[in-house]
Amino acid sequence: MSAANGRLRWTERTVRVGDTELVELQAGQGKPLLVLHEEQGHPGALRWYDDLGGSRKLITPLHPGFGKTARCDWIANVRDLAAFYAAYVRSQKLEPVDVIGFSFGGWLAAEMIAMDPGLVRRAVLVAPPGIRPRAGEIFDLFRVTAKKFIQASVLEPGATAEFSSLFGGEQTPAQVEAWEDARAEIARLAWAPYLFDASLPHRLRLVAAAPTLLVWGRQDAIVPVEVCATYASSLSGSKQLVLERCGHRPEIEQRERFVKEVQSFLG
Amino acid sequence: MQFMWFTERAYHDIPEDEVIRSRSFFGLPNTHFDPKKGSDLLNQYLDEKIYSEELEEFDAVMLNEHHATPFCLGSVMDVEASVLARATKRLRIVLLGNPIPTVANPLRLAEELAMIDLISRGRLVPGFIRGAGSEQLANNANPAFNREYFDEAHDLIIQAWTRPGPFRFEGKHFHYRFVNPWVKPLQQPHPPIWIPGLVSPDTVMWCAKKRYPYIALATFLEPTTELWDIYTKTAAREGYQAGPENFGYLQPVFVAGNQQHGEEMGKRFLFGGGFAHFAKAEWMFPPGYNSKAATQRMARQFANPNLPGKSIMPSGDEEVVDVLAAKQAIYASYAETRENLQMIAGTPDHVIPRLKKVLSVLRPGIFTFWLDGPVPAKDRMECLRLLGTEVIPALREHGRALGLVDPFERKPGSRSLAASGAPDPVADVDMLQAAV
Repeated sequence: MSAANGRLRWTERTVRVGDTELVELQAGQGKPLLVLHEEQGHPGALRWYDDLGGSRKLITPLHPGFGKTARCDWIANVRDLAAFYAAYVRSQKLEPVDVIGFSFGGWLAAEMIAMDPGLVRRAVLVAPPGIRPRAGEIFDLFRVTAKKFIQASVLEPGATAEFSSLFGGEQTPAQVEAWEDARAEIARLAWAPYLFDASLPHRLRLVAAAPTLLVWGRQDAIVPVEVCATYASSLSGSKQLVLERCGHRPEIEQRERFVKEVQSFLG
Repeated sequence: MQFMWFTERAYHDIPEDEVIRSRSFFGLPNTHFDPKKGSDLLNQYLDEKIYSEELEEFDAVMLNEHHATPFCLGSVMDVEASVLARATKRLRIVLLGNPIPTVANPLRLAEELAMIDLISRGRLVPGFIRGAGSEQLANNANPAFNREYFDEAHDLIIQAWTRPGPFRFEGKHFHYRFVNPWVKPLQQPHPPIWIPGLVSPDTVMWCAKKRYPYIALATFLEPTTELWDIYTKTAAREGYQAGPENFGYLQPVFVAGNQQHGEEMGKRFLFGGGFAHFAKAEWMFPPGYNSKAATQRMARQFANPNLPGKSIMPSGDEEVVDVLAAKQAIYASYAETRENLQMIAGTPDHVIPRLKKVLSVLRPGIFTFWLDGPVPAKDRMECLRLLGTEVIPALREHGRALGLVDPFERKPGSRSLAASGAPDPVADVDMLQAAV
């Protein structure tokens, strides 16, 4: 991606993990921060990256099977994908690494912690599924179009400045295709049970997890906010940040507050 | 030729406006279902099939299944096939088809079908389909594995029927450590398999490789001839000459004693938008259901980079549908539908020459009449009577003159290629322009 308006300059590179050529994007300078993207794919260069890129080296791998990185046939569920990323973190000598995961990417980060808590120094999980809500349901993205899912993910699309640029704004055939690639891979990984694993909270309780910041919007229509409390009770030493008048995307809906809290937490 | 008839076994006591507004039968809440009416209808549809056996010209009846939709009450067609296996004596029972990716236990399906074949004394023709996207949602079958499920379930079913047991079957998705069904089909090595389809060239090529007859479901005539060519060329690569025995065609046909009445019956076929409103696009093609090539085609179709902010995928909820205008447009299409022979409606004298033209173009060994829409039961019975006494005899004679052999007269895949290795086309495209 090119630099524009003084914003971060992104570079793309490929790293080998097992038999897979993993495509990753890098920008910024400083201590590495691993960014795990969401279920609809990498949304592109959002502004929060610019805010953090001055002090952190941002590394965003593009998950296998989501279009850019080829599908890895043996990855059948989120735990397999977590094992893949565990190998990635070790091979890149990043451990223990700071991680920020958005939605599905947050679930993935939690799985990595449950698998090997030594991989992660500090984690920020932004409205992750992965745990079944005790009340309410995780929004069924498979029953609606990609566009509708994105619209539902923000409390007030019209009042959210960055929403129109989310996922590129205009939809080109390539964009539509990328969304469909991502949705197909999510179907392979998490069709049933839908976007959760009943054992995850139990497995998290079995490990000495890294300090974790859980960020949620009170009006999240994708993953009900009450899941935040279950994560909190499963992750010892975690901190909850629930933002009022906010949906599933605090990083664009309340970017300044979000960046401030994340910077403060990561140190 | 094999002549059969088909109906979706629809439940029509639903608000047509609601179907049009949501542009979908699938998704209509089942609170609209009245069990008493459902009971009457299922019995009526079975009675019609039993009646058609009395009309000696019908060779077979065709069943299908759909889930979670008033479009089709036969959500478990093997139940209906079981009833017909015992209640009829002569008709072949053709299942087009069982949506095997949505069946959690394909071994049980193999057993069900074997039992139907035994009870019917060898009259079963099973068929297998991927199932529309909406069927995957209705059964919570992962659409991203649809093709893999289909291939694996198909292989397991064939093995369960033909391979001496007990044996193990360890697939990617289906795992059995003891396959030994006691009940096996009467028809050996297994019942003949026919495969229905709409437009997918992948399915056509798969059928040609397996030497399974392919039944086109009311597709436009010209593209259907192109599908025939794909089959014929694939068959040639497999080393055989395809013929009428490899092809079947399904077509909406409505017959009545007078022309106006027949046309009115045909018009009812468009109720709620007809097959065009089977399900919304996002339900027809859920994530991963399409191949990569099909997704790319759809992405080009739905993305419009010149109109930022415009909805990229069609969806009934995003646009206000003018129900009255939509309804007018649906019914205004009726004349064109008949003009291009997508539907044929009228007296026997009206429908026979048009159906002869369809047979002359496509040259299928199997033909299916499709009777649907909210039409009174007595009109449906009269339509069947006229088909059985006047229409089929005329078509059978025409088919004989054209040399249209069916899969029971000549085994599909048994004809040798010409010495040149080049296949003869089966369809006769010159006849597309022929006057009726």
